[in-house]
Order: sequence, then structure tokens, then C-alpha cells
Amino acid sequence: MKKRVISVLLAAAVLGMGILMTGCSGSQEKKGTLTVFNYGEYMDPAVLDLFYEETGIEVKYEEALTPEEMYTKYKSGAIDYDLLCSTDYMIEKLIQEGEFQQIDITSLENKENIGNKYWEFSEAFDPGNKYTVPYFWGTLGILYDTTKVKEPIDSWDILFDGDYAGEIIMQNSMRDTYVVALKALGYSVNTNDENEIRQAHELLVKQKPDVQAYLVDEARDEVVAGNAAMAVVYSGEAYLGQEYNENLEFVVPEEGSSVWLDSWGVTKNCKNPDMAMQFLDFLCREDIAQMNFEYIYFSTPNEAVIDSLSEEERKDETLVPPDDATVNCEVCVQQNPEIVDLENEQWKKLKAE
Amino acid sequence: MNKLKTINKRSWLSSPYVIWIIGFTVIPMIMIFRYAFTNEDGSFTFSQITAILDPIHLKALIFSLEIAIGSTVICILLSYPLVMAMKRLNLGKQGFALFILILPMWMNFILRILAWQMILSNNGILNFLLQKVGLEPLAIANSGTAIMVGMIYDYLPYMVLPIFNAIAEIDEDIIEAAKDLGAGSITIFHKIIFPLSIPGLLSGIVMVFVPSMTSFVVSDILGGGKFQLVGNIIEQEFTKSMNWHLGSGLSVSLMIFVLISMAFTMKQEGEGKGSAIW
Repeated sequence: MKKRVISVLLAAAVLGMGILMTGCSGSQEKKGTLTVFNYGEYMDPAVLDLFYEETGIEVKYEEALTPEEMYTKYKSGAIDYDLLCSTDYMIEKLIQEGEFQQIDITSLENKENIGNKYWEFSEAFDPGNKYTVPYFWGTLGILYDTTKVKEPIDSWDILFDGDYAGEIIMQNSMRDTYVVALKALGYSVNTNDENEIRQAHELLVKQKPDVQAYLVDEARDEVVAGNAAMAVVYSGEAYLGQEYNENLEFVVPEEGSSVWLDSWGVTKNCKNPDMAMQFLDFLCREDIAQMNFEYIYFSTPNEAVIDSLSEEERKDETLVPPDDATVNCEVCVQQNPEIVDLENEQWKKLKAE
Repeated sequence: MNKLKTINKRSWLSSPYVIWIIGFTVIPMIMIFRYAFTNEDGSFTFSQITAILDPIHLKALIFSLEIAIGSTVICILLSYPLVMAMKRLNLGKQGFALFILILPMWMNFILRILAWQMILSNNGILNFLLQKVGLEPLAIANSGTAIMVGMIYDYLPYMVLPIFNAIAEIDEDIIEAAKDLGAGSITIFHKIIFPLSIPGLLSGIVMVFVPSMTSFVVSDILGGGKFQLVGNIIEQEFTKSMNWHLGSGLSVSLMIFVLISMAFTMKQEGEGKGSAIW
């Protein structure tokens, strides 16, 4: 946590200096404006000032909290956004609706900084990497308290075998909970097989009496506070949890899990694709990706940044999930509408049990 | 002519209110009804309204009813002794007691519910105290009981205040007269105080029953996401499943349900010839 505070302070200092410098010199002539749409608290503000200093392109920065909110705001058309950062399934939807323009990722000077693995993850929703550039990513796994769980966890089964009845926190989100059950059964998280969904549902119904609660933001906190032995959480959350409680371990079970990926795309209304590409290239540059990484502390796809991390940080699986942890992981993509309806229905049923 | 002018002047004053009501009540209601009576493809249907009879929805409705009736009854049982005790206090102390009762309402209600989550959790304050005095810790967290505790805590003032208002209005002379005629305190309560407090009780019932019937935040936070009230299902349809038609249909069914129960209490009120306080 300390590190985060320091980085925020540094960011503030840099930001302050940036304002002073632009105020005094005024050397940089304004060459254009980009309207950028991103999640809240998801970029170091100093990055935008640096970008202006170096290129003379001013960034108008807009924020949203959830992918759904982002979609609604974007679709309302009140603001013409040039660049947008969103999550895998929402990106997929926007691509399918023709909201993004094709970009040439080979024109990015810093393309090589983004590891091949992440371009492959992207293919799940952006086949051929024609539209998007990865920004941050993470996995779903189990955060557990080693003072309560003696054996190391390597499988989702521990959530279902009843040994830790009443000590388990699941995600209060339909898709994430189905990911856990489907993977425990050895199925794909993107299955379109009705039968597999029903089996997953049966498993979750059987598990419900053992579940202490279905939570979202508080899932991590309950394990940190010692109210539960384990919780299904995202890797980034797990990192922060470990900052508060050193007895916590995070694992991505062997059966695999889901991987989420937030990526940037250029909207179809963008009038200055060249400037937009300049911005994306800037984000991929090592020092800039480093600033953002230290601001957010999610896993970065930028291998130049990973290489520069300390030995300790690089070994931290919540920050840098190793390749063998993600080998069986999949990116969630849109399922068939009938399957989505079935899942919604089953999820309601599960909650009503 | 003059008179007309003043009326016009006055109705002009109400325009902020009219704009507010049209913008934030009438138009949203029209939209909800439009969604509730149409399908995805825009054709007319009753199926969104009758969806409340689906077993899952019905179960949630019954659970909501149980929680709402339970909270209301417990609020009533807690309110009368409290009000009777407050009645005996002198005016200054009475004001202070009311102030204490209302004080928590100055704080955001989500925060108060989150505080309850801390109190009731497994390693929470309640279990800590129980263990200190040598008792077994309770597993109240994430249960129906926890939801009810939260609702009762939140809505108790809405029951106490109208009952207190009704009882405070009772003429002391009537009670004196009853005493002179030899009535004991139990007779006084059930022959005089209780009947005269009924208008307050009825408004209290409406103000506790309706919000606890339609709440979804309390059950989400204190129930640990394991319990579903109708409110939770409606919320899910709007925010997660993106099925606004079904969400609106269920909202309309719930509105009908609430209106029926309100009509019932209003009728009682009419028979009791009381004055509504709310």
C-alpha cells in the first residue's frame, strides 16, 4: 500500500511540475485534441500532461465506472470520443456493432513491448488484432488465508467438496461464478452447450449451503478481515489484499480460469486516427506503461515493464501471473443469446434457492 | 380579474414542482409502463406483468412479504413500549428522546447498513462482545435474520414517530377520567390509548411495510447476496440481464401489490375515522 501512496504523491508532484512548466514556458504549441474515454482511476493523470508536452496534442479525458455505463454514454452520442478503453466482452460488442475503425498495430513503434501472449488473448474478441491494443489484464483465482487453509490450493474442487463449509466467498456476478463452476467441471467458460450450463448450475446449487456470501467488492475484505477462509477474486484485488494481510495466498487453479483484458480501440468517428495512434504508441512506451502500472497495480501486458520489475515483484503471481498459471485460462466472449438467457434464469434460481 | 391574476401568480410558483414531477415521476412512469407492456420487438404483451407468477419470482415475492411483515410487526412491538415511556417524560426530555431517535437518520442509510455488516460479521463486534461475556458466537451474518435486523433498525423511526404523534394528541383528561372510573393501566391502554393511536399506527405500517417490501440494498449487503427479494430481481433485470421489459413488468406488478396493501390500510383508516399523519 505504501508503494501506492508514494506513487500517487509522485504523480501529484509530476503533475504539479507539468502545470508549472507549461504555465511558464508555453513552448508547446497546441496541435490538436483527442477525446479519450476510460474507466475511473485507470490512468496516471501525469501521463496526459507528458503527452501534451511531447506532442502538443491535448487530451480531453472522460471517465465511466462500468462497461455498461461506458456503452450507454458512448452510444448516446453526446460526446464524440476518439479513443475508448473497455473490457473484452464490451469491446467485442462494440467491434461487432462496427463502432471501431481498423488500426495497423505494426505501425506502433512500441508494439514489441506488448508480449505475444496478450496479442493472442486479444484474438478471442478481436481476431487478427485489427482493432485493439491491450492495456491491463488479470485472472480470476482463489485468495485464501494460510492460517485457516493448511494445504496449498491447486484446484477449484476445494470450493465444492464441503471441507470449508461456511468459509467460502463467491463472486456476486453471474459470469464469474459460472466460470468457476464450468472450469471445475473441465468445460470451456464460453460454452454454448446447454447441458454443460445445467451441470454447472447443479454444482452451484449443491455448493450454496457452504457459501458464506456472494460478494463483489467486499469479497477480498472479508478474507483480509478473517471472516472467511477463501474468496474467488481477481488477481489485482488479491495483490491489494496481500498488502493488508500477509497471511494471504492467491492461486489460479490448475483447471484454468478466465482472463480479463482491457484494451484500447479507435472509434469510427475519430477524425485524427494518426493522433490516436500516437497516443496508443505512447501508452505502450516503457516509461509511460511503468507510470500507469505504478498507479494502478494491475497486471501489465508490457513486457518491458515486467522485465524492469524487482525480483520480488516479478515473482508475485498477483502482479505477474506466470505462463503456466494462465495456460488453461480463456477470455470470456459473448455466448449465444439463448445460453445467456439460460444463465440469467439459472442464476436467479440459484439465488432464490 | 384581480383574483385571476393572483391565482396565475400562485400557479406560476408551483412550476418548479410541476417540472420536477413531470421530469422525475410522470415521464419515468410512462417509460416503465411502456416497457412493461411490450416485448423486445415492441409488440404489446401482458407476459411481463404475469411473469411475477413464475416460481422464482413468486418465491422472491413471498420472501419479500415475509421480511416486510416480520419487520413491520417487530417495529410495532418495539414502538408501543417506547412511545409509552416517552409519553411519561416531560416536554424537554421528550424532545431529546425524539432527537436521539432521529439522529441516526442524519447519516446515509447505506453507511448504516454497512456498519451493521461489520457488527454482525463472524469476527464482528457482536460476536466479540458475546465471547467476552463467555457466550457462544452467533452466525447471524448473511442470513434472513440479519436482513430483518437491518430493516427494523432503518425503519423503526418511521413507526415510532406517527404513533408518538397520535398518542401525544390524546387529551390527558380522558385518561384521568378513566382512572377516576377505576380503569387499570391495561384497560386504559387497550380501551383508550391503542384505539386512538390507530391512525398513527396505520401510517407507520405503510411507511415501514412499503420500503421493506421493495428494498434491495439491505438484502444484498446483509444477506450476503444469498437471498433474493423482488427488488433484487428487478435490479438484476435492469443492470445485469439488460432485460428492461421484464424489470419494468415486475416493477409494475410490485406497484400493484403495494397499492392493494395501501388501499387496505386506507380503508381501515376511513373506518377508524382517524386523520392520516403521513
